[in-house]
Amino acid sequence: MISVVLPQHLRTLAGVGAEVALEVDAPVTIERVLDALEARYPMLRGTIREYGTGQRRAFLRFFVCEEDWSHESLNAALPPAVAEGREPLLIIGAIAGG
Amino acid sequence: MSSVRVLVGTKKGAFVLSADGTRKSWTVSGPFFAGWEIYHVKGSPVDPNRLYASQSNSWFGQLVQRSDDGGVTWTPVGNKFAYDGVPGTHQWYDGTPHPWEFKRVWHLEPSLTDADTVYAGVEDAALFKSTDGGASWSELAGLRGHGSGPHWQPGAGGMCLHTVILDPVDEARMYIAISAAGAFRTDDAGASWKPINKGLVSGTMPDPTAEVGHCVHHVAMHRARPDVLFMQKHWDVMRSDDAGENWREVSGNLPTDFGFAIDVHAHEPETLYVVPIKSDSEHFPLEGKLQVWRSRTGGNEWEPLTAGLPQRDCYVNVLRDAMSVDTLDECGVYFGTSGGQVYASSDAGDNWTPIVRDLPAVMSVEVQTLA
Repeated sequence: MISVVLPQHLRTLAGVGAEVALEVDAPVTIERVLDALEARYPMLRGTIREYGTGQRRAFLRFFVCEEDWSHESLNAALPPAVAEGREPLLIIGAIAGG
Repeated sequence: MSSVRVLVGTKKGAFVLSADGTRKSWTVSGPFFAGWEIYHVKGSPVDPNRLYASQSNSWFGQLVQRSDDGGVTWTPVGNKFAYDGVPGTHQWYDGTPHPWEFKRVWHLEPSLTDADTVYAGVEDAALFKSTDGGASWSELAGLRGHGSGPHWQPGAGGMCLHTVILDPVDEARMYIAISAAGAFRTDDAGASWKPINKGLVSGTMPDPTAEVGHCVHHVAMHRARPDVLFMQKHWDVMRSDDAGENWREVSGNLPTDFGFAIDVHAHEPETLYVVPIKSDSEHFPLEGKLQVWRSRTGGNEWEPLTAGLPQRDCYVNVLRDAMSVDTLDECGVYFGTSGGQVYASSDAGDNWTPIVRDLPAVMSVEVQTLA
């Protein structure tokens, strides 16, 4: 199982806790994780990736094993620690705004 | 006994304010969607328990929420707003071409005849329609496809389609307004559109009387007279008696004709309300005095309404969708401010009372009169 940590607003929207566990087929990539996340929680569509381009929304970042994966290809294979469920994929909102 | 439900969109959530027909004692529900910007909430005239809300923020984009029980519970519905075909470009602030990019829904206008049909006015300017209760949206692309589209330019708040008015007599006729392109009308249910800006004069434009490019802030109509329109332009309050074909200024004795909100009395088609704002560089009332101005003559002759409103040290703004009226026998008038107050008058504007004083900045106010 893959573990995903969502920002607070998306937890509220999806009605879930801090971490979401998902079945994702190998090779585990951010795109595949997001596909699985949106399939399970359709209300999250468009909130993490832009409709049309499929790109990460500008005010969000992806962190994996204490590294910023925001600018990696969405199709890049995630580290084994994430693929094996030992570390989560963190989706983090920018600290900004009022 | 009749009752009233006031739907309030704010910078940090939605609120529902409810009262019986006396409009003296109010209950406040919310915040719904806490922390999100709620540009607009509006109920269906066909089924008052069917509400639509536009929920967005910079982090997570646009959501649309629907309630089928008058705002007690909500369900997210479709949020995919895809422009029809290749979006093309409009003008950026500096006059260079800029790609059309969806940013948010400014206004949701439920159909007058079908609770599952609703229109969405969006930024960058376009009009979308849903016929399945908001589950899916398709663009009425004839508007953006109007030949003038590449020349449209954003106002300070973005290039937003903020006003949608449905003709209660002719189902095929709709009006919309865009900052800063102007007003447009369709007579064929959205297939084709024409600019209706003749008579508008905008001194800041290279051609002050151009066919498009005017910063229309809001337009209002009385249901009994769908050919008569009232407009709060960036500067100037305007009136049309021929469905927008021609406009004339009716600012009259207003102390300033800048403003955002405009609305019409529910039972008196010649009685209208505006909130004069000092200027486009100072978005607050003149001399710190919050005043609604009322005309009982369809414009030109205006009177200030001040009873119950702060007459010193008040520096709030009232946005374009933040005024509404109820349809009780003695018409109620409501407006919300950037300071978080929602004021109500149960006597057509003669006296005002704050329903709430300390909400987040108010972006929209809509009123439902319930049997």
